[in-house]
Amino acid sequence: MIAVFDICILIFLVAIAIIALSVKDLLASAMILGIYSFLMCLLWAEMGAVDVAFTEAAVGAGVSTVIMIATVYQTSRKSSD
Amino acid sequence: MAPMKIVALITVIITGGLLLYATGDFPAWGDPLSPANNSALSRHYIEQSRVETAVPNLVTAVLADYRGYDTMFETVVVFVAGLAILAVLGQGTSRERAAIQRSAERYQERDMINIMTARLIVPVLQLFSLYVLAHGHYSPGGGFQGGVMFGASFILIALAGGLPEALSRLSIPGALLLAGLGVLLYGGTGLVCMMLGQNFLDYHILHRLLPATDAVMARYHAMLIVEIGVAFTVTAIMFIIYAALSSRGRMTGGL
Repeated sequence: MIAVFDICILIFLVAIAIIALSVKDLLASAMILGIYSFLMCLLWAEMGAVDVAFTEAAVGAGVSTVIMIATVYQTSRKSSD
Repeated sequence: MAPMKIVALITVIITGGLLLYATGDFPAWGDPLSPANNSALSRHYIEQSRVETAVPNLVTAVLADYRGYDTMFETVVVFVAGLAILAVLGQGTSRERAAIQRSAERYQERDMINIMTARLIVPVLQLFSLYVLAHGHYSPGGGFQGGVMFGASFILIALAGGLPEALSRLSIPGALLLAGLGVLLYGGTGLVCMMLGQNFLDYHILHRLLPATDAVMARYHAMLIVEIGVAFTVTAIMFIIYAALSSRGRMTGGL
């Protein structure tokens, strides 16, 4: 059961990483990276590293997404490549 | 595709392939016979940390006590990162800031729903972050997580009510003071240990200063002190980074 859950998360992780790289809109890309962090958080929690999961949820999915969006807002929203 | 991109792609594929190849040598997940579980040091942490520090959460005991240097300099890294962001973005001239302030006041119509929701969430978030900080000895959490959540509550105020609203609660000089105080609290705990004749960050000697503790409980309490220091620095620096980046260092307007 837990292996199925693991494989689902890992497939989602790869898919989301590719989407975050290919999206031209940097605001969308920042939000997709927030989803990536949240999935990593699920993976850590499932493997028993609850402290790491907690940090990933607070820093990765929470604050760093907000900081990236703030930076996108102040610079340019379009990716040049 | 540009030639540099092809070179980069080949490099990434080779590196990724090597990493995937190397994961074959890893011990299986949860393997009791893996080297990480069987070195003398790991066995000491697993078997003795409860006896030596009275902290049930092994992660906190290793993070704040056995590897205190590591955590102290992590805190310093966070502190320096915040200072560097402030130094790079600068503060702008006062006339420039006043002009932005005026335009911000003109255009910023704050949404009532956001403000009221933030008013409901912020006290709960702050209280929970204090719980996470204080309860780190028993459950997941500690200074970094609690500090990030406390900093996030100020960021939430800035998102909902505008950056000036948040800055009126925690100003940039105040946040810098808080961040420095956190590093000082951590390093100071280590220095006090040295002054009492022990190694830097060797907490057990603090039972001479803390009332009604023995050498074991002194380590327990000193861990809480350094975690509070970490939380101070992380709270302040998270807010400084957000405030500087969302306003290009001009500390007005913002998102």
